[in-house]
Order: sequence, then structure tokens, then C-alpha cells
Amino acid sequence: MNARETRDPCSPRGAGDFCLSCVLTSGLLVAAVVASFAYLEIDFSALFAADSATAMARFAASFFPPDLAPDFLQKTAHGALQTFAVAMIGTLLAALAGLLLALPASGRHGIAAGRLSRFLLNLLRSVPELVWATLMVLAAGLGPFAGVLALALHTTGVLGRLFAEAIENAPPQPEQSLREAGSGGVNAFLYGTQPLVWPQCVAYGLYRLEMNIRMAAVLGFVGAGGLGQMLYYHLSIFQQAQAATVLIAMFVLVLAVDALSDRLRTRMARS
Amino acid sequence: MNTDTDARPYAARDPDTRARLGWTLLALVLLWPLLLLAEFRPWALFEANNLQVMGAFLAGFLPPATSTEFLGLLLKATLETLAIATAGIALALLIAIPLAILCTRALAVSLIGPGPGRLGGSALRAAGRALLTFLRAIPEIVWALMLVRVFGLGPAAGVLALAVTYGGMLGKVYTEIFESTDTRPTRSLLAAGAGRFAALTYGLLPNAAQELTSYTVYRWECAVRASVIMGFVGAGGLGQLMDQSMKMLNGGEAATILLVFLLLVVLADALSATLRRALA
Amino acid sequence: MAFELQGVGLTHGNGFRALQRISIRLGRGERAAVIGPSGAGKTSLIRLLGVATRPSEGRLNILGRNPWQLPAGELRRLRARIGTIHQAPPIPPRLRVITAILAGRLGQWPAWKALLSLLYPVDIAGAQATLARFDLADRLFDRCDRLSGGQLQRIGIARVFYQEPDLILADEPVSALDPALADAALGELVAESERRGASLFASLHAVDLALKWFPRIVGLRAGEVAFDLPTAEVSNGLLHELYAAEGSVLPTQASAPAALRHGGATAEAMAESGDGTLAANVVRLDTCRGR
Repeated sequence: MNARETRDPCSPRGAGDFCLSCVLTSGLLVAAVVASFAYLEIDFSALFAADSATAMARFAASFFPPDLAPDFLQKTAHGALQTFAVAMIGTLLAALAGLLLALPASGRHGIAAGRLSRFLLNLLRSVPELVWATLMVLAAGLGPFAGVLALALHTTGVLGRLFAEAIENAPPQPEQSLREAGSGGVNAFLYGTQPLVWPQCVAYGLYRLEMNIRMAAVLGFVGAGGLGQMLYYHLSIFQQAQAATVLIAMFVLVLAVDALSDRLRTRMARS
Repeated sequence: MNTDTDARPYAARDPDTRARLGWTLLALVLLWPLLLLAEFRPWALFEANNLQVMGAFLAGFLPPATSTEFLGLLLKATLETLAIATAGIALALLIAIPLAILCTRALAVSLIGPGPGRLGGSALRAAGRALLTFLRAIPEIVWALMLVRVFGLGPAAGVLALAVTYGGMLGKVYTEIFESTDTRPTRSLLAAGAGRFAALTYGLLPNAAQELTSYTVYRWECAVRASVIMGFVGAGGLGQLMDQSMKMLNGGEAATILLVFLLLVVLADALSATLRRALA
Repeated sequence: MAFELQGVGLTHGNGFRALQRISIRLGRGERAAVIGPSGAGKTSLIRLLGVATRPSEGRLNILGRNPWQLPAGELRRLRARIGTIHQAPPIPPRLRVITAILAGRLGQWPAWKALLSLLYPVDIAGAQATLARFDLADRLFDRCDRLSGGQLQRIGIARVFYQEPDLILADEPVSALDPALADAALGELVAESERRGASLFASLHAVDLALKWFPRIVGLRAGEVAFDLPTAEVSNGLLHELYAAEGSVLPTQASAPAALRHGGATAEAMAESGDGTLAANVVRLDTCRGR
């Protein structure tokens, strides 16, 4: 057999070795799955029974045809634009805040400031957007602005961490040499390190924007405006035709933004 | 450099100016409607009634709720979240494995030779790939929102939503792993007349098993987070409890749940790392 | 007086003694070259004088101040008066030439001016005039990663000219240039020092260039001053003794080592830290989103 030369098929252990921990872990995993189903007490016979299947089919069929009436299309377009705006503004705010936190987090302003800002970034990052959104709906009232804040808070954590890493990994000589020529900290960063990390930071921001478009579309479920709020509303009053239109709009929006940022990225890579 | 440009005096103006100015203006012109659409009103944060609501809510964070009754509820919800993630991944495997086997070119008997049924085979593979794309194109929380309408509030919708989306993701990644491992043993087995199943177990799995399990465990970790999130649309677990506490503006309960959530994420992280090591 | 070293030594963290018992004095407006075999401590000496490293022992006086006893603000003002030309110019590859040159005056600019200049260069004429002295004025708005190693090295010199320092230090400033250009660039360095009365202290690999352009030569070997004489008194025997470890041929322009691509190489290394790691990074931090 060919593979024997490149890699032993039974690696990393030979077939003869009995791997107790593997067997034990596999057994535990199976037990965990069985216990999960038992705990949830889902009646799967009912789920997959004939009448449930027809109910499902009927539900799926009720999405067709989507509502394409002009005034509803206009409402959907507004929702899509709002979702886009929420994602854009949220990401923009996050990029600014992330940069401000990334400077101390990269260890430029002492160990204490570094620890503190890292902790803050981790905290922001580990609370999901949707949880932030429920909190922000309380703080800023229902509507897209709560979504902007929620996205901004979570994304600040993510981008701040990435920016900090980029700054840490940039070669130090350019900034060092400017400092040795008497330049202050801000100036040395702007002319020494900033040009090195800028393209990377922009790419991170664009990547995050794509994610945030998807996220902004669902933040509406907790009242943060946009397409999500429309979807939630129409589904809750059993208007599946309208919901189908909104789903299509989400899909188109996501594809459009992906294509746009893809083009921007290739443009940047070329320059 | 040609003589033409040499003869001219050097540009005394930055040639990038016009482009920069244009982009800046464009950005400003676009920013304004975006701010309007997003109803960007930072001062809303400082309106008296919002401040009051948020202040009272945050004040309630301390002390976190610790009544035995609530902790019992919390434990139940946490277990439910873990169970949803585990059951969801198990069902996702039921979707992912057959589709991955269907879509893997290395396992296609008809491609050898190429033999009869080649066109039908590739059409089937394309259909399988399209199905995988469709399944993962819609976020799990949207599936959950819709499935709650069919199956009612509770974990069933969450489990199925996870199964659908993660089935799509796992199927795609499994296919990629199969395609990227050394496919020569599989080819030779198939060429020697072995069946698909034999070719899979003896040809592909030995090389790909570790990567497959590692990725699956990692996805489980993600499923734990996702199942918390899906609770917000009524799919059971910790998220549903958090949603209720927040709607009732019960800061103490919200604080406890948030702490438990962060702990759960950290633990799932650690557990998944240990599992991946144990299975390596 | 430009600087005065008395019994200065430098010991690195690993215990290596890079410099010892160095005593040199350079008068205001005076020019001197330091030569010596590789590893003699030329770069360490330049870094010491540029207030980039702190000496382990001895007394150091630069432009009339003891730099390591100055408060932070004073130290910055002192450093702004010293211009160091590096062998591999530490210029970010994506920077435009004009920005790289204007960066010479960052020590004098407040932050708002530095920021403004990133959006629209504040002193195009000044940068252009400086660059014209190196026949590179037409590259003013090019990006630095479009330049050759030799062009980049001349941009590095131009930056220090634009800084207008009282003390110019140069660490192998022409190592990436071909003989004709190297000669011209050194000529510009000397002319600049004459024109503004700035002191010039340069380390050079090519002995012939040092002898041609500098009235005073300091020979450095194994971290110690071997000789410090007016050029007329530097004999062939002294030079051969200095370079004894490197064989019987003195390093000159013609036999310059393959340092030619040096500047370009660092620029490439810097550029490489760009996008390669991006995807992996994002996926790692952004756990559950890889679709």
C-alpha cells in the first residue's frame, strides 16, 4: 500500500495496541449522547410521525409564494438598509474603540494598563452579541441603535484583540528609530508602526463587517430593528409569505456584502 | 522614465489628493444616511427613563440571585443547554456523515475508469453539495425561530435547528477533510473492487479520523454557545431563562445567569481541549 | 564639541563585551570616519552615540549634555538634534517616499501636525528639495516598497538631511550603493555637514571611501580603539594590521561584500508580516463562525 510509506495507516498507535483511554472516552461520549436525549425527553416518535411530517410540510409550503407586493418590498428594502447601517456603524465604532484599547493591550503603556485592557477586551468578546443586544435594548430603548451598540461592544473585543496582536507582531525597528530621533510616542506610532499594521487592520475590519451583517440580521429578534425584527414579527403573527420575503432579503444582503468586501480586499491586496 | 515627464517640473502637489478627497467626501456623504437609518442617538443612553431602567437593572446585579429555588432552575437550564448541544451534534452527524460520503470524490466508484454512471454520479454529488450549502446558509437561530412555530417552545426546536445548520457545516468540512487526506489507498481499494464502505473504513478513516474527531469536538464547543443564544427565541436552556430574567428586569438573576454562561463557555473550552487531546 | 567619550564600555546582556575603554572626542563641525573589521563594534559605537543604548561604564557627553541623566522631555529634544543614518533604513515598506522623508522632523512636530501630514504632506517643497540632491525627486510620491535597496538607502539619508541635526551619525550609509553612487552620496553627506556646520561621524566598510572623504580616521578592532589619526598619518601598515583577521586584502569599494540587497531584504521581510497569518488568526479568535 502506498500510504504505508508516507504515514502508517494505524498511526499514531499500531492496531495491536489496546488504547484504554480511547475506548473509555468513546464510551463516555456515547453515554453523554444517550443521557442528553433522555434528559430532553423529546418525543421523537411524535416528531417523525406522519401527521407531524404533514404539519411540517404544510408549514414549509406556507412560505410560498413570498409576498412581493410593492409596498411590502419597500418595507423590506428599508429593513435591509437598516440592517446594513447597523452593521456598518457598529463595525466602525468597534474599529475605533478597538484601536484605542489595542494600544494599551499590546503592552505599549506598561504592564498594568496592558492587563487591564486585555481583561476588558476579553470580557467584551465573551458576551455574545445577542446578550449585549438584550442589555442595550434596556439601556437605549427598542430600535436599531441598541443593535449598533451591541455589535460595537462585542466587535470591539474581537477587533481590539486582533489589532493588539498585529501591533505586537509588527517589526519594532521603524518606530524605534523614530523615537531615537526624538519623536514622541504618538508620532512614532503614526509613522513607524501604523503603516505596517494598517492593511492588516483594515482586512480584519472588513472580515468582521461580513460577520456583523449576518449578526445584525438576527439581532432584531430581541428588538434591535432591521430585518430580524421584521422576521420575528411576521412569524409571530403567522405571516409566512412576508417572512419568506424577509428571508430572501437577508440572503441577498449577505451575498452582496460578501461580494463587495471581497472586491475591496482584492483591490487592497493589489495595491 | 521618458523624456516627456523629465522635462516637466516635478509635481508640486500630492497626486493622491483628489482621490483621497473624493473617498473622504463619499464616506461622509454615505455616513450621514447610515447614521439616520441606524437611528444613531447616543444621547438616548442618557435619557432619564432609560438611565433609570438601566440603573435599576444594573443595581440589581449586586448581589447576584442565589436562592435555592432559582439555583435549581439554573442548574436545570444549564444541563438542558448542554443536552441540546450534545443531542444537536449527534443528530447533525446523522445528516453530515451520509452527505459527506456522498459528496467525496475519492469515494466515487463511477469515477474510476471512468466507468458507467459517471454523469449521474457527479450530478448527485453536486446536489449533495448544494443541499449542504443550503443547510448552513441560514443561521441556526433563524432555523430555531421557525421551528419553534412548528414544535412549540422548548428544546426540540433547538436540537433540530442545531442538527440542520451543524449538519451542513460538518458535512462540508468532513468532505474537505476526506478530499485533503491521502486518497491513494482508497483509490486502490476501490479499483480492486472493494465496496464504498470498505474503502471508507480501510482507506480514508485511518488517516482522517483524528482530524474528524477534533473538528467535531470543536463544533460541540460552538454548539454550547449556540444553544444558549437560541434560547432567546424560545428554544429552551440557559438562553430562555436569561431572556425571561431580562424581560422581568431581574438584575440579580441576569447577573447569576451571565456568570454561569461565562463559566460554561470556559468549561466547554477546557473540556473540548481535553477531549481532543484524549482522542488524538 | 559634538561628543566626548571617556573610558566608555558596553557589555551586552549575554556577557559579550562589545566595546571597552573607548575615548573619542569630536569637535563641532568636525568629520571623522570609523573603520574596522566586521564585529569590531562599529554599530555598537554608533548606537551609543545616538543615545539608543546606554553604556555600561565610562562618561558620555553628547552635544554638551549627559543624555542618561536628562529628564524625558530634555532627552527627546537632545535626540531630535542627532540624526542617525541606518545601514538598512527602518522605513515601513508601504510608506510613501515623501512621508518617509517628512518623518525626519517628527521630533519637532506636535501630534496634530504629524497626523495632518499623513493626510496631506505639509512640506512638499522641502522634501522635494532634499530629494533632488540624490537625483530621486521624481520618486517623491512613490511608495517605498517600489524602490531598490540602493534608492531606499538614499531615502534614509535624505530623511536625516531633512531632520537637520547638529550631529549626523551614519552606520555604513552607502553599503547598498554601487561605487559611483556611493561616492556621490558620501560627497552629499560631507557637503551637508559643511553647509550647516554639523558634525559627521560615519562608520564605513570601504577603506578607500573613508580615506577619500574624511580628514580623520578612527580604527576600531575587537571593541577597542586601535588608532585615531588624521588621514594623512594613516599608513598602509596600520590598515593591514587593523584588518589582519580578514586576510591580506583591504576592503574597498570594488571588493564590497554582497550587502547590496540589504535594504531591499528588510523591506521584504517587513512586507511579509502582512496577510499570511490573517485567516488563521481570525478563525482562531472568532471561534464558531468558520463556515
